[in-house]
Amino acid sequence: MKAKKIFWTLIAPVAAIVISFIFVSIILLFKHANPFSTFQLIFSYGFQPGNIVAELNQTIAYYLAGIAAAIGFKMLLFNIGIDGQYRLAIFFAAVVGGSTHLPSFLEIPLIVITAMVVGAAWASIAGYLKVKKNISEVISNIMLNAIASGIIIYLLQPGRLGTKGPHSDNLATPTIPKSGWMPTISMFGGQLYTFGIVAIAVGVIYWIILNKTVFGFNLRATGLSFRAARASGVNAPRMVFITMAISGAIAGLTGVGECLSETHNYSLAFPEGYALTGLALALLGRNNPIGVAFAAFFWAFLERAAPILDLNGIPNEIVLMMEGTIILATVASYEVVKRINKRQQQKLVGSAQITNVESKVTKESAV
Amino acid sequence: MSKVIELKDIEKKYPGVVANHGVNVSVEKGTIHAIIGENGAGKSTLMKILYGMVKPDSGTISINGEVAKIKSPQDAIALGVGMVHQHFMLADNASVLENIILGSEPTNFGAVIDFKKAKEKILSIVDNYGLQIDPDATLGDLGVGVRQRVEIAKVLYRGAQILILDEPTAVLVPQEVEDLFKNLKELTRNGLTIIFISHKLDEVLNIADEITVMRQGTTVTRVLPKDTNKKQLAEYMIGGALPTPRPADTKPLPEKVLEMKNVFWNDRTGREVLHDVNLDIHAGEIVGLAGVEGNGQSELVELIMGLVKPASGFVSTVGLDTAKNTTRKIRDNGTGYIPQDRQRDGLLMSASLWENRILGHQETEPMSKGLWLNKKAAQNDSQRIVKEFDVRTPSISVHASALSGGNQQKFIVGREMSSEAKMIIAAQPTRGVDVGAQAIIWDHLIEARLKGAGVLLVSADLDELFQLSDRIAVIFSGQIVGFLDPRNTTPEELGLAMTGANK
Amino acid sequence: MSNLKTNPIVRILRSPSRTALAWVGMIVLISLVREFTGVNDITSAGAMEATIRFTIPILMAALGGLWAERSGIINIGLEGFMIFGTWFGAWFGFLFGPWIGLLSALLAGGIIALLHAFLTVRIGIDQAVSGLAINLLAAGSARYLAGVFFTGRPNGSIQVSPPINSISQFTVHGLSPFLSHIAEKHILIISDVAGILAGIVTGVNWVSLMLFLLLPFSAWILWHTKYGLRMRFCGENPVAAESLGINVYRTRFIAVCVSGAIAALGGAYLAIVSTGNYLEGQTNGRGYIGLAAVIFGNWQPSGILAGSFLFGLTDALRVRQSTSVHALLILVVVLTAAYGLTKIKKKDWKGLITNFVISGLVLAYFLINSRVPDEFVTFFPYLTTLIVLAFLSQRLRPPAMAGAPYHKGEESGV
Repeated sequence: MKAKKIFWTLIAPVAAIVISFIFVSIILLFKHANPFSTFQLIFSYGFQPGNIVAELNQTIAYYLAGIAAAIGFKMLLFNIGIDGQYRLAIFFAAVVGGSTHLPSFLEIPLIVITAMVVGAAWASIAGYLKVKKNISEVISNIMLNAIASGIIIYLLQPGRLGTKGPHSDNLATPTIPKSGWMPTISMFGGQLYTFGIVAIAVGVIYWIILNKTVFGFNLRATGLSFRAARASGVNAPRMVFITMAISGAIAGLTGVGECLSETHNYSLAFPEGYALTGLALALLGRNNPIGVAFAAFFWAFLERAAPILDLNGIPNEIVLMMEGTIILATVASYEVVKRINKRQQQKLVGSAQITNVESKVTKESAV
Repeated sequence: MSKVIELKDIEKKYPGVVANHGVNVSVEKGTIHAIIGENGAGKSTLMKILYGMVKPDSGTISINGEVAKIKSPQDAIALGVGMVHQHFMLADNASVLENIILGSEPTNFGAVIDFKKAKEKILSIVDNYGLQIDPDATLGDLGVGVRQRVEIAKVLYRGAQILILDEPTAVLVPQEVEDLFKNLKELTRNGLTIIFISHKLDEVLNIADEITVMRQGTTVTRVLPKDTNKKQLAEYMIGGALPTPRPADTKPLPEKVLEMKNVFWNDRTGREVLHDVNLDIHAGEIVGLAGVEGNGQSELVELIMGLVKPASGFVSTVGLDTAKNTTRKIRDNGTGYIPQDRQRDGLLMSASLWENRILGHQETEPMSKGLWLNKKAAQNDSQRIVKEFDVRTPSISVHASALSGGNQQKFIVGREMSSEAKMIIAAQPTRGVDVGAQAIIWDHLIEARLKGAGVLLVSADLDELFQLSDRIAVIFSGQIVGFLDPRNTTPEELGLAMTGANK
Repeated sequence: MSNLKTNPIVRILRSPSRTALAWVGMIVLISLVREFTGVNDITSAGAMEATIRFTIPILMAALGGLWAERSGIINIGLEGFMIFGTWFGAWFGFLFGPWIGLLSALLAGGIIALLHAFLTVRIGIDQAVSGLAINLLAAGSARYLAGVFFTGRPNGSIQVSPPINSISQFTVHGLSPFLSHIAEKHILIISDVAGILAGIVTGVNWVSLMLFLLLPFSAWILWHTKYGLRMRFCGENPVAAESLGINVYRTRFIAVCVSGAIAALGGAYLAIVSTGNYLEGQTNGRGYIGLAAVIFGNWQPSGILAGSFLFGLTDALRVRQSTSVHALLILVVVLTAAYGLTKIKKKDWKGLITNFVISGLVLAYFLINSRVPDEFVTFFPYLTTLIVLAFLSQRLRPPAMAGAPYHKGEESGV
């Protein structure tokens, strides 16, 4: 029974990855490249010690984006606004960090909390519009992402909140003082962010709250059926709003590791596209904190390993295509598996019923 | 007179349920033929078979004397059989004309809609049958009665000679029912045949030329209205003796579990839905709330549960002012709620049964302690409900959606009665459930009353109201129009009161 | 439900004469703004030309959105289809000339849309997931394909395609100079109209004209043919459509393919007409702006034209002269105040005050600053749409079942 359950849980992501490998192989064959040696190249390069730390650091960010998306999914919210939430959050966190000089035990929490609050605040605009105005969070978040970009670029101009870095032309926020730097762990010749601990804690808390607490039950119930949750005494609209804000708060943490341990400021070099990645990882990992962790590492691994392809005459964008295919294949195979499971369950219930009906019919005929 | 439709020995089995067996119906041309039966008696399945939406396992259908193979609604339409669904198949965001012609558009060059021709054809139908609809109106602007006429026009537009109307009066107010009946008479005068599905005896006696009664999936008899009466029809429908004898009368306790004083409530558009409602329920009594659907019952229930707040007036549920307390508090204070739409309001369809046990009790012991859920307690208590209420399920970890309607309802009733509720709201508790489940649910409601709970039984089922209630409050267009004593009231009197005749 | 009757937006958008009146009103207002602020570029022929160039791609994205959403499928992948359009348009345009380029973009968009249709219609996966994944796939594929095909060609690289031969233009001779002449006189309203007309008849591009005509053509198909009627019902009530013998799956497949094809045309227009070559990232979120224009336009053809035009205009003015955008703020001041006044009739005092406060704030901003920062102008379409959604959401009439998966034989749960 247990083995069967594991089989049904894993079949979809495995199928998705296999489908995307096949798809990419076909493209590679068009390019007259050998798929097997290409994948081998990716793997051997990705697992080089020097790359593993970078991959783990990237995993932290992806993981947080994935959990932010997963919380949204639990409420049937499609938080495509992670992008805007994370960039606005990290921007303001860096600004606050760069303009305060507190001891470490205050400075670091201050930066982290600022990021969470800004992320939550920006997300709650979409939450408010969803609850009060019945506007799809997908649409409002797409708009909010663009607005966030505009605000950041505006504020990042020299003379406003940004400066031109001493060594580059990139616009950036002022550097955070040393007391706001988070230590790193040296390993494999790289520097691993200690912010990873926060990410792990977020995953654990996410799991406990969702599965073990009344609040988590209310959240899941509202996601499963808004009306049933409302009738059961949950303030369902408020629940939707809160979930959006929490998702935004965690999205706010996404870039904090990099900022505290490496860049020590915010600049336009911070990547875009975390929303889509986060959503993909939550889908791939089925909103399960461990599943999302594996998915996040896989993603980070692929992207770190991709540039090696260029050196071998294969455009590294093939990895982007692979990611897109994985998303589509994952969702499609989950949908198929879901339907198979549903049919199986109905059959089970049906057989339990027929025996009953038959016994009833015989009873009636006896009378 | 010739027989336009003849159904012989129709049988249809679903996994777990025999929906139809030994069904025989024959309908004469130009008549209104009523098919009556309780909810779950198999009327809807039969009509779906006739309209090609469901394939029968065996039996034959003859139309105008010829055996017909009806595999899809299109086949049915081609044979002149049209269906007016209970839930309208219309689009708000389109005009009446567009709704009517969809799928059978008159065109120029095979593609361009000939609006002029379409309008002429619709207007000729409107004139011929006195249907009173404006083809240019936007459907979203129209009331229920007009929408139903649009549905009828849609069927006539396709040249139907036989119209099936599935519970057409369920959503109508009495005035609209009268209009509908006038329209139907007009149609039969023009040679059309109507199959009228209902469980409302008054209406059927009033409108039908002939009546076929169904019970537990089969047709039991065929009678003419002039040869029968309501009592007899009811007996045919229920099968002689009623499943549960009326409980012994007991005296209600002095304590009030529900108090409603001068309650008014308006919907979002400002329409007055409840008008000056006054209703008290004491511990240890079952008060039936009788009324045609859509007369304010759902809103009344939502007010009692604190899901909406009164515009003015006072509602107190088990001593809590609902305007000042959340639904959560009201529930935790000892109010059980069996919602009318069990699948949407009562269950998390894609969660396990034991998680559904927690629903509504997530903040009370033993389902939770402080911030933490108690999974073990939920699972144990689910097992108890499954056993005590005879819920047919392979395990408590299957999703609620996998269960049949009756079993879902038994589980809900079990859940809502598990915490010694002081007040129970049961909205249409036995609608669409099989007779066995009905008996179990009724027994438990009576038992709860004996233990001192007050019960508000919202029902459109007269038998249920008479069987269970100590008093019956009648609601009509948002007002409580009177209280009746079921011991010395006839179903006719109650039926009359429900149509607002006393007003 | 019943407030459809009292819904002025719907009423205006439904009736052609009122739509025309609304456009005339807008022109009068804009010309007053020009007169008042002295920013003459707003209605100059050059600005109009630029506006057309910026409007067409947005309009194509929006039309694509209209087709898909009217059939019940939300197409967030519009941006992706545009990206595919830029690549296919550029590559085949480079090889075989601009017309073949446009045609191949059209075909490629339609074929790739089969994927979106298959996943959302047949498998029933979340439409937003599918759309976003297509955007990702498109970005990756375009870069990949550009790297493979463009590098090594004359002036080509992974980011830029070799140049495409330009498409012939025409100017309506006697009319164009005459109108330009009048426009330069800056007479109230007359010069504005002349300027706008001059922009339309000068340097007309056959492609712009043809693509523009897709709008009335789509409107005609959707509202005057039986295919359109059936398609709209698939978006409003698929169960009802199926019960009347309409193949909902097939209809939605076709609509989604048309949607992808039109959006890809918009992308090809950018590459072939706007810049003359493929530039990486040149769609720059126009697919999303198209999506916004659909909402802004209340899923009505005239409405999405208004939306695309408004967003195209701001884009064009920003590129030419950002003081123009600043002048347009006056328009916002007037319109919000006017909308506030309509609240008096309904005795909605809160609405009146809110609108007046907004109007006052914008006016204050107008008076204090001399120009609107470019960064703000870039997100103007998004902000406008968000505001429209927030204030008019009750009045919008999206297709009732857009976004909800439909499985044949199951009653739709929503």
